[in-house]
Amino acid sequence: MIKKLTYPFTPAQVRSLKVGERVLLCGRIFTGRDRLHQYLAAGRRSPVSLRNGAIYHCGPVVVRAKGRWNVRAAGPTTSARLEPYMASIIKRYGLSLIIGKGGMGASTAQACRDYGCTYLQAVGGAAQVLKDTVQKVCGVHLYKAFGPTEALWELEVRDFPCLVTMDARGRNLPAQIAKRSETMLRKLTR
Amino acid sequence: MPSMWINSLEQLIRRTSADLPNDVEAALRRAQRKEKPGSAARWALDTILTNVALARERDAPLCQDTGALSFYCRAPRRFDTRGLTAAIHAAVRRATTKGFLRPNTVDPLTRCPCAHNLGPGAPVIHVEFERRRTVEVRLILKGGGSENVSVQFSLPDLRLKAGRDLEGVRCCLLWTLVQAQGQGCAPGVLGVCIGGDRAAGAEYAKRQLLRPLSDRATEPRLAALERKALQDAQKLLIGPMGLGGATTLLGVKIGALASLPASFFVSVAYMCWAFRRRGIVLDAAGRVVRQLYD
Repeated sequence: MIKKLTYPFTPAQVRSLKVGERVLLCGRIFTGRDRLHQYLAAGRRSPVSLRNGAIYHCGPVVVRAKGRWNVRAAGPTTSARLEPYMASIIKRYGLSLIIGKGGMGASTAQACRDYGCTYLQAVGGAAQVLKDTVQKVCGVHLYKAFGPTEALWELEVRDFPCLVTMDARGRNLPAQIAKRSETMLRKLTR
Repeated sequence: MPSMWINSLEQLIRRTSADLPNDVEAALRRAQRKEKPGSAARWALDTILTNVALARERDAPLCQDTGALSFYCRAPRRFDTRGLTAAIHAAVRRATTKGFLRPNTVDPLTRCPCAHNLGPGAPVIHVEFERRRTVEVRLILKGGGSENVSVQFSLPDLRLKAGRDLEGVRCCLLWTLVQAQGQGCAPGVLGVCIGGDRAAGAEYAKRQLLRPLSDRATEPRLAALERKALQDAQKLLIGPMGLGGATTLLGVKIGALASLPASFFVSVAYMCWAFRRRGIVLDAAGRVVRQLYD
């Protein structure tokens, strides 16, 4: 079964998500990568309200034509790099969803449990499939400071496909797979 | 450099960013058939293959991380490389302006974008001279996720229990995949160099990625290691996008360089599934006379 979720993502909706479920997101999502996370975790004011919102770990390719922003490619970037900042951002800004690839570490997993946040995985590299879900660029923030790749883009999406891999109940698919692969590695290199 | 050169090189960049080579796509299709419909791994591979087709049809970047650019050129003796370098730079500039490439190069100190993806050391251009009339240019676009998980080992390595032999090299390769999971987009390809000094080893490992997926190392011991490491990699069950599954790796390409008796480096270049490599042969006027990969 595929669940549909529409922004704003309520705490009840987010807590109902389980690892392994597929989700289609609709409405507003916000992109952010290394520089934005560093900025937010340092306690700077977020240019948008992140409460009940979703941060998408993504640096899109966006071109400006005829006075409009056009997203040409928009797949997820590696979430693990944002691990040092994520937990404090979840706590401080009341974030509901994180979208990225590869899963995140123990402090994010703990923050997801404590504050009712959920991590969703999009398919890495699938920049065309994912950009097709973008209906509109609603705005861009910190463009001058961070440049186009690292800026915060406000995207309106329809049926953005992802998979729950770390839920608010503490289940964690990437951690399970990592553990199994480490066991296999020991067997294969004995 | 006349505009014909710039046009041909711009087309090479555009195509490399949008059109995944056939050997990689075929390997992804084989991986797709191995996953159960409805599984997370199958969902990932279905999405990946749809994306490959869309990018090709639209001539748009396959992945938003349009990668670091490495050009590998072969030119006739006494060929003017300043002209070639200038043409490559002009082509990169145009490809960035047109959105085939993301502004994807930053100053290491300020972290601010370098204009048009041009900066010290970017793009990387290698040129070799040989007796020939045409110029061959190959291009690899390698994303940050995959570059970040590339590694260099110095054997023996006690953490890995890897000794100074081919068995030790196999440990390094499997260890690399376990560390890379979730970060470098699987199923990927490993380019490997055994030996060399640190700089030459890292460069030669990446260069292995120019080889088609179907070939084998000519040295039989390396060929055997390529096969064995590939088989073992699938047993890790990391699977597409690290979601668990039958295919963790699409290929292993190993080369070797002479080294000091004291040194035993194993350099590993991890390439993600979005393995963007293309090549062209140009005549003296800069016209494309042949494509190097299907």
